[in-house]
Amino acid sequence: MNWIAMKMLVGDKAKFLGIVMGLTFAALLITQQGSIFCGLMCRTAGQVFDINGADLWVMDANVRYVDDVKPMIENNLYRVRGVRGVKWAVPLYKGNARAKINSYGYSADPIAARRQRETEAAGGRVAWTKHEVIEQVILLGLDDASLVGAPPSQRILAGDLGDLRRPDAVIVDFTRLRKLYPGEDWSKEPPAKQLYSNEKIDGSFYNRFLGRDIEMNDHRAIIVGVCVATRTFQSNAVVYTTYSRAKLFAPQERKVLSYVLAKADDGVAPAEVAAEIAKQTGLRARTSHEFVWDTIDYYLKYTGIPINFGITAALGFLVGTAIAGQTFYNFTLENLKQFGALKAMGATNLRIVGMIMLQATVVGLLGYGLGVGLAAGFGEAMRGGELAYYTPPHLLPITGGAVVMICILSSLVSVRRVVVLEPAIVFRG
Amino acid sequence: MESTAALTGSVPLLGAVGALSRSPGERAVAVGIRGVSKHFGAGDQLVYALRGVDWEVYAGQMSMIIGPSGCGKTTLLSVIAGILNADAGVVELFGADVTRMSDRRKTVFRARNIGFVFQQYNLLPALTAAENAAIPLVIAGASKVRAVEKARAVLTTLGMGKKTESLPNQLSGGQQQRVAIARALVHEPRLLVCDEPTAALDHETGLNVMELLRDAAVRPGRAVVVVTHDNRVFHFGERIARMDDGRIVEVIEQHGDPRKNLPASH
Repeated sequence: MNWIAMKMLVGDKAKFLGIVMGLTFAALLITQQGSIFCGLMCRTAGQVFDINGADLWVMDANVRYVDDVKPMIENNLYRVRGVRGVKWAVPLYKGNARAKINSYGYSADPIAARRQRETEAAGGRVAWTKHEVIEQVILLGLDDASLVGAPPSQRILAGDLGDLRRPDAVIVDFTRLRKLYPGEDWSKEPPAKQLYSNEKIDGSFYNRFLGRDIEMNDHRAIIVGVCVATRTFQSNAVVYTTYSRAKLFAPQERKVLSYVLAKADDGVAPAEVAAEIAKQTGLRARTSHEFVWDTIDYYLKYTGIPINFGITAALGFLVGTAIAGQTFYNFTLENLKQFGALKAMGATNLRIVGMIMLQATVVGLLGYGLGVGLAAGFGEAMRGGELAYYTPPHLLPITGGAVVMICILSSLVSVRRVVVLEPAIVFRG
Repeated sequence: MESTAALTGSVPLLGAVGALSRSPGERAVAVGIRGVSKHFGAGDQLVYALRGVDWEVYAGQMSMIIGPSGCGKTTLLSVIAGILNADAGVVELFGADVTRMSDRRKTVFRARNIGFVFQQYNLLPALTAAENAAIPLVIAGASKVRAVEKARAVLTTLGMGKKTESLPNQLSGGQQQRVAIARALVHEPRLLVCDEPTAALDHETGLNVMELLRDAAVRPGRAVVVVTHDNRVFHFGERIARMDDGRIVEVIEQHGDPRKNLPASH
């Protein structure tokens, strides 16, 4: 009977596609909105992800998430170093700074920029446009000696990490360079998608920025490198420098130590060391994993983001249920006489219910596969762009569960109609 | 022709029927109906479709139920076929009391012993003629390949050999009804119930379909019951029950040239 069910299902192609499209839409919307939500949540903790090498984040006892910096006195660094189980501990400065850049380049006006390009190509004297840009950036001050927390070498697009120890040196995240230097010929920039991939990339385009001056809170800084940093929730560019230089850039305050990054001794669980630090110093100590979740939890609890995305995902579920359910139910209704004929000819309710469930399963699998596939394609197309998009493996069974739920709800209504159907219906003309 | 049991690889147990009883005239009684009543609705909407009907259908002949619209013909046919439960009375098919069977047993009984021909054919539009005709065998448990193979053979005997792979919408009304007849006969049922088989057909095609039914379906040991209000085909019936207001008001036996005994109209 299964082949009969399948032929019935695909016999009317328009209806078949209608059901599959409904489920595809639901699966796409749930996966896509879920992925954007997860992507956004991951961005909130982007800087915790980016700091490699340290097991522990030690902070003021009142800090709730990574951007909730409550500066501490530097003495706390030594207190942490003194706790048993701590292999090493380094300071980290995290704060906002104002970057000001004066540069010359092509005009922001496309027509004027075209004229400048034409003149340049003809070998004429170009009247370059002056740009003055002031941009808020996230300033990360890394331990002068170890540079713990610096981007790994494969994420340095231009320059060298070691140059960070040179006077006034900073390494700039590439994401906001376009905004900081609007006069550049950005058409030659490698696609962002490529920059966020794990493959070794050609960052020679960014060499042109090396050696350029930036004003960081009225202090001179020189770009010695361009790197890829995980995008942050606020999407500000990240500027790396040393801890001591960050203190110079930062406004004068008595307390400047944002975090202490620490490493647990070999063979000692970081969570145990964190507990020990908290006990001995009264500071808050979290493993990197815990701090990621602290940050995400904060955004989940204190912002409307989950509700907004939850509503969209729920809407996708409802619209998918409505479209797929209605089409599937109509499909069953239109085949009611055929089902009645099968019942009259001796097909049991169980077999007919089995046929309907098979049909629901097939359209469910197709809709799920297509929806998740489209969502993955969407994510791939958007990779490296402004859109936060991350599809964790856990999201797929959730989408699958939602599609199964839609199919069950749709087929239950249909099954009910068929089960209570009197086969005598076939004798009514 | 291969039997259903041979195709399904099993001997029917639930649907087994007993030996045929004999009427006083020594004709085998295929369907025995005694005091069957059926009503629909309640209160002001109450309608008595059958009022204590008694009748017998004999194997080896074509019986007809005729009468005006709403007289209870189709209800009686549904009760005979075991797809509608009577309120009261007894319906025996080949000695088995279907009124006392559970729904499940009745379903299996139908699958093994009854073939259906519907007014609107009720062919599955996505299935070819051969696949449609194979459905009863598939329901009985035969594999698709063997069922379709046998359905093709039956369709060929009905003159549809060249149309076995056609979809219903590629067939004329008469051809669709032939497929429906093939579907009704493919599992070699002992009772064939036909509801207005010529109602959707023109006169000539209707006569052809009735001839086909008579030639292909009427066999010793098999009973054929046809509900019709098409007086052009009454002469095919050897035993005609005329119904009115839920009762059988007249039973006409036609022997020799049946046309001579026909009612002018119902």
